[in-house]
Amino acid sequence: MTNLTHLTIAQALDGLQKKDFTATELTQAHIGAMEQTRGLNAYITETPDLALKQAAESDKRRATGKAGTLDGIPLAIKDLFCTDGVQTTAASHILEGFIPRYESTVTANLLRDGAVFLGKTNLDEFAMGSSNMTSYFGNVINPWKRTGDDTDLVPGGSSGGSVAAVAARAAMGATGTDTGGSIRQPAGFTGIVGLKPTYGRCSRWGVVAFASSLDHPGPFARTVKDTALLLNSMAGYDPKDSTSANLPVPDYTKALSGDIRGLRIGIPKEYRVDGMPDEIEKLWQKGIEWLKAAGAVPVEISLPHTKYALPAYYIIAPAEASSNLARYDGVRYGLRVEGDNLTEMYEHTRAKGFGSEVKRRIMIGTYVLSAGYYDAFYVKAQKMRRLITEDFTKAFEVCDAILTPTAPSEAFAIGEKQDDPVTMYLNDVFTVASNLAGIPAISVPAGLGAQGLPLGLQIMGRMWDEETVLRVGAVLENAAGFSALPQGIAKAA
Amino acid sequence: MDTNTVRKIAHLARLAVPENELEKRASEIAGILKWIEQMDEVNTDNVEPLANVANIELTLRPDAVTDGDCQDKVLANAPESVQGYYVVPKVVEQES
Repeated sequence: MTNLTHLTIAQALDGLQKKDFTATELTQAHIGAMEQTRGLNAYITETPDLALKQAAESDKRRATGKAGTLDGIPLAIKDLFCTDGVQTTAASHILEGFIPRYESTVTANLLRDGAVFLGKTNLDEFAMGSSNMTSYFGNVINPWKRTGDDTDLVPGGSSGGSVAAVAARAAMGATGTDTGGSIRQPAGFTGIVGLKPTYGRCSRWGVVAFASSLDHPGPFARTVKDTALLLNSMAGYDPKDSTSANLPVPDYTKALSGDIRGLRIGIPKEYRVDGMPDEIEKLWQKGIEWLKAAGAVPVEISLPHTKYALPAYYIIAPAEASSNLARYDGVRYGLRVEGDNLTEMYEHTRAKGFGSEVKRRIMIGTYVLSAGYYDAFYVKAQKMRRLITEDFTKAFEVCDAILTPTAPSEAFAIGEKQDDPVTMYLNDVFTVASNLAGIPAISVPAGLGAQGLPLGLQIMGRMWDEETVLRVGAVLENAAGFSALPQGIAKAA
Repeated sequence: MDTNTVRKIAHLARLAVPENELEKRASEIAGILKWIEQMDEVNTDNVEPLANVANIELTLRPDAVTDGDCQDKVLANAPESVQGYYVVPKVVEQES
C-alpha cells in the first residue's frame, strides 16, 4: 500500500479495476504525500475532505460498473481553473477568498470522468512568470536538488505547484496552462511530462484569463501515456469558449504505437542559441540519435523569425493581459480597498491587489495599446506573429514534427535571474513561438544534467496533430528511460 | 519613457503608483521596450497582422435565455451588495 503514490495513472486504473485497492485508499495515500511534501508549497488550497468524498463516490460507481475513464484518480488543479465552491486565487491577493460558483469546462470534464481533486496548486501570479516566484502565496520549491547541494531551486513557471506536486508524488497528474511555456518549461525543470495542446483543443472557459489568444490549458503527468489519458478527458468542443474547436477528439492513447519509421523530424538551426549549456546541446543530439534509431529521418529546417518570438510575445501578452485584468476593480468580486471616489477605489484596489510583475505587464500592455504607440508596437507584433506562424507552416511542408530542447537551462536557484526582467523572459525562448502559432507541443524528461537535475526535450507538431506529438514523445520517453526520482522522495519499495 | 509617461499609463490602467516608484518603473519598462525594438530589423510593410490563430467562424444560436436566475451566485463574492445591487462609492455629485 505504501507504493500507491508511485503508480502511473494507467497502472492505478488497472489496480482499481482489479480491486487491488480502492479509490479511497489511493486518495488517502496522496493526501498523506501532500501533507508530507507541504514544505514545497505546491498547493495554495488543499481539499482533502472533498477528495475523500469524491473518492467514496468513485468507489460506489466502480462497484456498480459505472466507472468513468479516470475514475478515482487523484489530481492537482492549477489555481487558475475556477472550481465550484473551492477558493480560486490565480495566486493573486486581488482574488484571495474568491469562491467561484461555477466549474471551468476542463475541470468539469475531468469530474465527469470520475477524477478526484486533491487541491489547488500554486503558480506565478496570474500565470505571469517562469519561476513561480511571483505568487502572492510564496515561492514553490522544486523537489529536485543539485547533487550534494541543498540550495532550494525553482520548479519553473508558471505552473510551478502542479509540476512540484506531480514530481513529488503528491498527485498522479495535474492541470496546467501554457501562455508562453508555462506547462513545458516547468515540466522540463521537474522531470515530468507536460503537453500544450493545439489552441482551441481544450476550452478556456472558467480559466482565469491572462492573454486569451495565447492561453492553452493542458495536462501534466509522469508518463506520455498518462498525459494522453488526461487529454482525452480535458479536450473537446465547448460552445462557451468562442475559440473552442468543434472537431472530433481522438483517443490519444491509440496514437502511442511506437512506430515513427519514416517520420521526418525537423531540427531548427535557429534554436542553437548563444550561451546554451553544452549538456543541453548534447542531449538534443542524443534525442536526434534516439529518433533516428527508431526509424525517423532528421531534417534540418529553418524558422527564420525565431528570435523575434519573445519580443512579439512581450507586446501581445501584456496587451491582452491589460485588457483582461481590467475586470479586477473591487466591485463584483475580490479585494476592495476604499477610496474617496470610484476612481480612487479602483486605483487603490489594483495597486494593493496586484504584485509587481503583474503591474509591470499591465503598464506595458496599456502603453502599447495607447494612442500613438498602437501601430509601432501592437500591430508590429501582430505582423511578427503572422511571420512566425508562417515559418511553422513552411517547416511542416518538409517535416512532420520538430525536436528542440524544452528550455535553455536547467532549474535555477530561487532569487537567480532577478536582476533584469528580460533575463527571466529568456527562459521561454524555445517554447513561446508555438504559443504564437497555436501548434501542439510536449516536453518529455530526457535525462539528468551534470548537476543531477532533469532536462527536457520538446516535440512540436502541426495544428490539431497532438497524436504525432504524443507518438514521438513516447518514443523519446522510451529511449531516454528516465527513472530518476527527486532527492528526498522515497523510492517505491 | 519617463516618469510623466509612467504616471499617465498608471492612471490609464487605474493603478496607483507612488511617486517614489515612478523612476524605477520607467527604467524597467524602457529596458523591456528597447529589447522589444529588435523587431524593427524585420520589414513587415506587406504583412497582414494576425490577432488569433483560431480559424474558427463564430457560430450563431437562437436568441433565447440559456442561463440566469442565479442572483445569489452572481453576488456571492461581491465586497458589498444591497438588495441585489453592487455597491460602489458615489459617482454622481449632488448639485448644491
